Amino acid sequence: MVAAEVAQLSSGWFLENAWLIGLIPAVGFAVIILFGKKLPMQGSEIGLGTLGASLVIATGAGIQWMQRTNSAETEEAAAGVLRGVARALPRASEGGAAEPFIEPVSSTWVWWQNSGLEFGLGSSIDGLSVMLLWLVAFISFLVQIFSLDYVRGDRRYTHFFAAMTLFSSGMLIMVMADNMVQVILGWEIMGLCSFLLIGHWWEEEANSVAALKAFFTVRVGDVGLLVGTAILFFGANQYAVDNLDTNGFDLDAIQAWALSGQASTWTIVMAAIALFIACIGKSGQFPLHTWLPDAMAGPTPVSSLLHSSTMVVAGVFLVAQIYPVFWEGFNIANGGLSFIAVIGGITIVISALLAFVQDDIKKVLAYSTVSQLGYMMLGLGVGAWLPAVFHIFTHAFFKCCLFLCAGSVSHSGSHHSFDMKKDMGGLRKFMPITFGAWVVSTLALTGVFPFAGFWSKDEIIDNVGNNGYTFLFWVGLGGAALTAGYMTRATYLVFFGEPRGAAAGEHHDDHVVHADDHALVGAATHSLSAATNTDDGHGDHADDDHGHGDHGHDDHGPHESGKLILFPIVVLAFLATVSGFTNATPLGESWEQFKKYVEPRPEAVAFDAIIASGPGESVQLVVPAVAPAVEDDGHGEGAGDDGHSTGCGRGEPEAATACFFPAVVHAEPKFAKILLSLAVVAAGYAAAIAFCIAFYKRRDPRLVGLTQRSRVARAGYKFLANKYYLDHLYEKIIVRGVAHPIADAAYWINQKVLDGAVNGVGEGGKRAGNWVYDNIDQKLVDGAVNGSGLVASESGHAMQPMQSGKVNQYGALLFGAAAVGAIVLVILNVS
Amino acid sequence: MLAVNFLLLAAVLFCIGVYGVIARRNAVMVLMSIELILNAVNLNLIAFAVMNGNQDGQVFALYVIAIAAAEVGVGLAMVLMIYRNRKSIALDELSEMKG
Repeated sequence: MVAAEVAQLSSGWFLENAWLIGLIPAVGFAVIILFGKKLPMQGSEIGLGTLGASLVIATGAGIQWMQRTNSAETEEAAAGVLRGVARALPRASEGGAAEPFIEPVSSTWVWWQNSGLEFGLGSSIDGLSVMLLWLVAFISFLVQIFSLDYVRGDRRYTHFFAAMTLFSSGMLIMVMADNMVQVILGWEIMGLCSFLLIGHWWEEEANSVAALKAFFTVRVGDVGLLVGTAILFFGANQYAVDNLDTNGFDLDAIQAWALSGQASTWTIVMAAIALFIACIGKSGQFPLHTWLPDAMAGPTPVSSLLHSSTMVVAGVFLVAQIYPVFWEGFNIANGGLSFIAVIGGITIVISALLAFVQDDIKKVLAYSTVSQLGYMMLGLGVGAWLPAVFHIFTHAFFKCCLFLCAGSVSHSGSHHSFDMKKDMGGLRKFMPITFGAWVVSTLALTGVFPFAGFWSKDEIIDNVGNNGYTFLFWVGLGGAALTAGYMTRATYLVFFGEPRGAAAGEHHDDHVVHADDHALVGAATHSLSAATNTDDGHGDHADDDHGHGDHGHDDHGPHESGKLILFPIVVLAFLATVSGFTNATPLGESWEQFKKYVEPRPEAVAFDAIIASGPGESVQLVVPAVAPAVEDDGHGEGAGDDGHSTGCGRGEPEAATACFFPAVVHAEPKFAKILLSLAVVAAGYAAAIAFCIAFYKRRDPRLVGLTQRSRVARAGYKFLANKYYLDHLYEKIIVRGVAHPIADAAYWINQKVLDGAVNGVGEGGKRAGNWVYDNIDQKLVDGAVNGSGLVASESGHAMQPMQSGKVNQYGALLFGAAAVGAIVLVILNVS
Repeated sequence: MLAVNFLLLAAVLFCIGVYGVIARRNAVMVLMSIELILNAVNLNLIAFAVMNGNQDGQVFALYVIAIAAAEVGVGLAMVLMIYRNRKSIALDELSEMKG
C-alpha cells in the first residue's frame, strides 16, 4: 500500500455497521417466536420496532453512501488530472469526466475457515445494495403497519409477525451479502418464509397446496443457484486467490473474474445459465411463473411484501449484483440475443395477457408483477442495467400500494372477498382514499407521465431499442399497452359500475372466506361464514378504535378502512407519484441520482488498491499510478469491433487491474420515443375504457357472449383461462408422465426383480443356515461361547473380593493402578 | 525460580491427598483429600505453563477448578443423603456399592 497514493473515501458508522440491518430483524424474529405471545401487542411491536431500527440504519447508510460518492469526486477534483486516476475513457453520456471506482464498504465476520478458504457473514455495501436495503426496510415497515389492523384478531397473529420479520430479514441478509454463501442463506430463508406465509391459513387445503407449490417450484430453480455457485467457485477461485486475496465465493471476486477475460467461455456460460434458472424460479419468469398467482392464497400483506420488494425481486437483484457473469456469459456486450432478454420478453407478454382473464383482483396484480419483473429482466438482458434497477425501486412503491389497496378493498369494501366480478363495483364512492391511491398507482404502473413508472419503464424500453433490439423494443411497448388494458379493466370492475355482491351489502353463504377473516377458527368456519361474520367478525370492526365505527353507515356495507390501513397506502401512493424523479433521465444529467449513486463505475482498479481493504479494515482506495489507457483492440475478444467503445466488460482489463462492472451504454432520451410510448399507453387506455364501457356497462350484444359464439374467441379465452396449460403440463404431463411411470417401473422392479432376488436369497440362506447351524454354530461357536463364559465366571469369582463396596479400597485400587501405569510409562520413555 | 520446587510441593500435596482418600473413614475428609489431589495437579499444570511460557496449562487449570467444584458439589450431596439415611458418614460402614 503506497501511502502517497491513498485517496481516503469517507465512510461512517452506518456504512460500517450495515450488517445490523439484517441482523436486527433476525433477532426480532427469535424474540417474537419466544416471547411474542406474552407481550402486550402480541409480538407485533417487536416486528415493527426491529424493522424501524433497520430502516433508520439503512437510511443512515444511504446518506453516508452518497457522502462517500461525493467525497470520491471532491478527492478527484483536488487531486487533479496529474494523478491520472481513472482511464481516459469518456462514459457514454458524459464528456469524459473521469470517475473513480467507488469501493464497497465491507465488514465481515468469518465463521468458518479452512486452509485459506473463509466463509464470512457480513455486509458489503455498494450503491445497489444500500438502495435495496433501504427499500426493503421501508416497504416491510409500512406493510407491518398495515398488517396491525389487517390481521388483527388472527389466531396466528404472533406467528404472522414473526414470519414477516424473518422474511424481511432474509431479503436484507441476501442484499447485503458479500459472498455467494450468504446469498444462498438469505435466498433460502425467504423460500422458507414464503412457504410459511402463503400457507398461513393452512386449514383450507387450497392454501397449503399453494404454499407447497410455491416452495417446490422455487426449489426447482434453487438447484440452479447451487449449481451456479459451485461453478462460479471453481471457476473464479484461482483468480481470486492469486489476485484479490479472497476466494471464489466472494461477489467482488466473481465480478472481477468474469470481466478479467481469463474465464473460460463455457464455464461462464454454464454458470450464467444455472444462476438464471434460479432467478426464473424466484422471480416468477416464464416458464416457472405459475407459483406466483397461486401465492395469492396468503394474506394480502404477504402478497404485498412478496411482490414488491422481497422474494420476487431477489432474482432480479441477483442478476444485477453479479451482472458481469451474465454480461460475459450471454455476450450482452456485443448485442447477443441473450437468454435473459428472451425470457423477459416472453414473460411480459404472456403474463399481461393472463391478467385479462382473472376475476380475482390479487391475481390480476400478481400477473402484473410477473409482467413487470419481465421488464426488469428484459432490461438486464439487453445491458440496460440502470433502468432495470431503477424499475425495481419504483415498482416496489406502486405495486405494494396496489396490493395494499386490494387488501383495503377486501377488508372494508367487499367483505373479505377478492372476486372483482361478484363482490365489487362502484366502490369509489365508499372508499375515496383507497380509490385515489389505486388510481395514482395504476397510472404509475402503466407509465403515465409524470408518475414513477413512466421514468423507469420507458427508460427500459428506450434502452432496449437503443441497444439494437428492435423486436424486443416493440414487445416492451406492446406490454405497456396491455398493462394499461388490464389495469383499466380491474379499476373499472372494482371502483366503477354498480355495486355487486358483498359491495352492495349482500352476504352470500358460499363466498370464499378469505385473508383477514377475523373469526377464522379452522376449516369448520367455512360453512358458518355468513353467520359468524355478521355476529363476531364485524362486531370487532365496530368496536375498533380507529375509525371503523364512526362512519355512521351500516357496518355490513362497504366503507373506508381505518387509519392504520390508510396511512401506508397514502405514503406509498405519494412515493408512486414522486419517486420517478430520483432518476428522471429525460430532464437532464442533474436529475440522474441513480446513475450517480447506484450504478457502479466501470473503472479498472489496481490489485494493490483492492487488497488494501481487508474485511473490517477501513476501506481505502489506492489509485493506479499510471492511467491505464486501453484504446487498442489488441486484447481481442470482441472489443470494439462492432462500434461499441472499449472499457470494462469490452475486452481484457489492463494488467494488474480488475474491473467490477461493465461499461453499459445509456440511451439518450429522445422526445419522439417518449411520445411514442405515451401514445401507446394512451391507446391501450382508450381501447380498454371503450371495451369496459361497452362490455360491462352497456352489455353490448356484439361483445357479450362472444366466447360462446366465436370459436376463435372461445379457444383464446380457454387457452388463457387455463394459463396456457402450463399447470396441466407440470402436473399432468411432467409429474404424471415422468414421475408416475418411474413409480410404476419401480414397483414392477420391486415386485418381480427385487422380490425374486430376495426370495431366492432367502431360500439359499435357509439352506446355508441349516448347515451352518449343525456344524459351526453347535460345535464351534457354542464351544467357544461356553468356554469364554466359563472363564469369565471363574475369573469373576476370583475377583469378587475386590468388589467390596468400600470407598477407601476403591481409591487405593485406583491410585495403585495409576502408579503402575506411571511406572510403565516412565520405563517406556526412558528406555 | 525453580520449577522443581513447585513440582515437589505438588508431589507432596498429591501424596497427602492419596493418603487421605485411602485411610480416612470420614466421607467429607475423603472429598477434601480429592480436592488436594486436584490442586496438586493444578499446581503442576501451572508450573509447567509458566516454565514453557504457554497459556494452555493455565486455561486447563481453570477447567480443572470448575470441574472440581462440580464434583465436590455432587459428592457433598451424596454425603448428605447418606447421613440422612444412616446418621453416619463413616465410609467403612458402607458397602452399598458391592457388586
